[in-house]
Order: sequence, then structure tokens, then C-alpha cells
Amino acid sequence: MSVPTSPLDCVTAQPERDSPPAITFEDVALAFGDNEVLRGVSFHLPRGETKAIFGVAGSGKSLLLKLAMGLIRPDSGRIVVLGEDVTQMSEHDLFKLRGKIGIVFQESALFDSLSVRENVAYRLMEEHGVYDNDIDRRVREALRFVELEHTLDLYPSELSGGMRRRVAIARAVINEPELLLYDSPTGGLDPITSNTIIELIVKQRDVNKTSALMVTHRLQDAFTMATHQFDQKANRMVPLPKGKHCDVPMSFLLLRNGKVLFDGDMEQLAHSQDEYIREYIS
Amino acid sequence: MELISPSDLAKTKVQTVQDYVLFSWQAVSNLFLKPIYFIDMLLQADTIGVGSLPIVVLTGFFTGAVLALQASNTLERFGSITLVGQLVSTSMVRELGPVLTSLMVAGRNSSGMASELGSMIVTEQIDAMRALGTDPMKKLVTPRIVATVFMLFFLTIISDLVGLVGGLAIAKLLLQLDARQYWYNAWETLVFQDVFMGLIKPVIFGFIIATIGCFYGMNARGGTQGVGRATTQAMVAASVLILAMDLIVTRFLMATLAYH
Repeated sequence: MSVPTSPLDCVTAQPERDSPPAITFEDVALAFGDNEVLRGVSFHLPRGETKAIFGVAGSGKSLLLKLAMGLIRPDSGRIVVLGEDVTQMSEHDLFKLRGKIGIVFQESALFDSLSVRENVAYRLMEEHGVYDNDIDRRVREALRFVELEHTLDLYPSELSGGMRRRVAIARAVINEPELLLYDSPTGGLDPITSNTIIELIVKQRDVNKTSALMVTHRLQDAFTMATHQFDQKANRMVPLPKGKHCDVPMSFLLLRNGKVLFDGDMEQLAHSQDEYIREYIS
Repeated sequence: MELISPSDLAKTKVQTVQDYVLFSWQAVSNLFLKPIYFIDMLLQADTIGVGSLPIVVLTGFFTGAVLALQASNTLERFGSITLVGQLVSTSMVRELGPVLTSLMVAGRNSSGMASELGSMIVTEQIDAMRALGTDPMKKLVTPRIVATVFMLFFLTIISDLVGLVGGLAIAKLLLQLDARQYWYNAWETLVFQDVFMGLIKPVIFGFIIATIGCFYGMNARGGTQGVGRATTQAMVAASVLILAMDLIVTRFLMATLAYH
């Protein structure tokens, strides 16, 4: 994993507005029986940006990630991920595209019969067949990124909830994906562990400039991400300098009744006049 | 409790059968598509084959023994007790060996596959596998089918042999028959049709055990309760299908192999 050596002021950057979006949803609808979960969802995620997705339980937030990954298909609409229309692709072609995407599932979804080392190395092992020195180096590097190098030979059942999430992040970032999808990465965790996870996500955003969609219930996590940046010298997340405009590539998307109610940055969210949004963020 | 109309119920059942056929077809066609997971096949062969050996040996031995005991009672009335070897041999090789071995393996492995894959489904491990670029059908299902079919074939041969030993134990120890005569009768009575019938069945039953177990596992829904339901359904469905297929295959082979 390459780590740029840019100074603090230059760590954060505007998303690449000129390049095509990392993800585009166009009028996507999905129903399970009579239950219409998504009803014409449209948005796009610019390259390099992290978008936090909110909504009440059952509003279809996690489905957006599975749709983007091609794990499920919409009833109608179009989803373009990294320039490819996933709604038209075969499962075989999707496997290739998924090689450019990392995903962290809600409950980590680590393979419980494999060790941490094997879990993190899984994707590389599938590609190369054998566990060689290069894979070992990259596994250690990914685990060092989440500060869990000492857990190499442990099994998921021997880890705490927070450690499992961090291993899941290591597994997702090991092949330096162009796009990351986080499904409630801090759900059910204590505030200190949540902060550690958020710091890792900010690190991934600011250091590796990876585009990301993050589903979360915790508004404070997204606000932390919007008001902080990663300081590589100090190796920790720091608040944005006061009085200094430093635009963080971070946006917010709010789902309500299967539709996008809000899609914009923190300032727009804070100044929204919509009653539901004001109640949601209060 | 919600009542379902008969037509809806019939549609659901037909849909399930259709899904099962497509699932099985996909699993088999994966044998001819790369990547092929040989290591996983070997691991499954160890779990399914070697792991099932103790129960198969015990089942075979006691079945052969009780068969000899029951047969002796009837044969004695006709003064033909020396034919115990023949009866144990043909019954074990043609019918009881394959069927009972398959039922035991179904009880142990069909339910095991359903619970293992079902747990992976409800904990999103299958989704994670797909997200990491691996086809779960190729990685999880096809190796289990190959391993079950291959190992059940050999487990049945072992079960047949151990069943004959069980019959011998009863013939020698309780019926005071000559061991050589028992073996001679048991061996001489077998013809090609018997052996063929006895060895084609485990191939079919092995396929049923693995596909049913994997099918119910991969379609498990509803958390731990759903996994439990899938496990039970897999075992019941596999057992019933084995018995039903046994009748069909036996009738078919008797007709085609020109049995008298």
C-alpha cells in the first residue's frame, strides 16, 4: 500500500470533478414482493469523495451497497460503477469488476473457518493460488494499516467486534481498491472503538484518495469525517484548522420512503429548511 | 396462521423443484469451467468420506449381522440355513449396503452442508465471497458434490464388506456354520448385475445428498431459525429422495439388466 508524503495542508483535496463519477445511480427501483424499498433513487459519487448514506432502519441503505456491488439486481434503473453498467453485466464479468471494489459488511462477514491472515489474504490467494512472500508482505502491511499486525494467526471468533471490523477493513483495502463500500462500520461499537474505525476510514479517504460510500446510522460519525482530516506526520485524525478553509471530499445522502430526500455537503445539510431533515439532524 | 391456497402451494413446490434442477445443473457445469478447486475437493473428501467411516462401518456390520440372524430363522424352517451367506450377500450388495450407507451419510453430511452453508448465508459470508471475486457455487458447492459422489462409492464398498463380516460373525458364532462355506456361498452368488446395481446407486445417492444439502443451505433465510429449518429439511428431503430413487433405479435396472 503506497503512502504519499504530502504535508497536512495538502492531504485533503477536492474530488476529481472532471473525471467520470465512481458511482452513478439513475432512477433505481427495487421491491421485495409488495414492499417497494427503493423508488427511483438517483445520485452520483464523484471520484475521491466519500458519501455518507443515512436513513431510518429498513430504508434501503445497505441495499444501495449491494446494488453497487452487483450482489443484487434492481427491478429497473441503471447503475454505473467505475464506468461499467453493473445492471447489464453477467456474474462472471462482475467478478472482475469486484476486484476493483472493497466492501466492509455490517457484521464484518469474516470467514470464521479462516485465520485473520487467510481472511485478509483471501482475494490475493484466489488470484495467485499460493501464499508467497509478496502476499505475506501485503497482508502484514494491510494489518499494520489497521494496527492489528499481532492478530495474524488468530481466528475471527477470538477477536472483539471492533477488531473484526478493522480486519474487515484490512481485507477490503489489501488490493488498493478504487472504490470502498462501508456498511455501518461503527454499528454496535462503543464510542472509542467507533472513533478508531472512523479514523481508519478518514485515513483511507485522505491518504489513498479512495472513493467511498458509507452507510451509517450515526450522524456524529459522518460529521466527524466532515470536520477532520488525517495527519500523516502525527499518524492520527485531527480537526480541520480553525479559520482555514480546507474542503474535505465528503457529502451526505438521506433516504426517505425509498427516495433521495437530500444529497449535498455538510453546509447544505446544516442549512436545509426541510422539516424532516432538521428533525433528523437535531 | 396464514392459509395458503392450494394453487399457490403447488406453484411454490414447482418453483422449488425448478430452482433445484437449475442449481444442480450449474453445480455440474462448473466441473468444466475454471477455476477448479481441487484442494477444496480433497478437504471435503476427507470430511465427508473419512469422517463418515466409523458410522458406515458400524451400520454395515450390525445390518449384516441382524440380516443373518433374521434370515436364519426363516431358512431353518426350510432346512436351508446354509444359504445365509447368499442372502446376506445379495441383500447387502444390491440394496442395504448402498441405501443404508447413503442414509447414514445423508444424516451426517446433508444436514452438515445445509447448516454450514446456511450459516455462511445469514452471516453474509457468501456475499463477502462473491464480493471478493469468488463464485460460491464453484468454491463451495461443486467440491462437495464431487467429494460426496466419489467417497460414497467407496464407503458403500466398505459397508458391503463389513456387512458380510457381520453376517459371518453371526453365522459362525451363533449358527455354528462353516466360515469357508459362508464366504463361498456369499461370493459365488454375486453376479455382474448385483455388483453393478450396488455400485451405481451410491453415485446417484451421493449426488442427491450433496445437491440437496447445498441447495437448502444456499437458500437458507431468516437467521439461526432459518438455518435450523434448512438443516432439517435437507436431511428429510435427502432421505426421502434416496428411498424414492432407490425404488425407481432398482425397477429400471432390473428391467434393463435382464434380471430373472
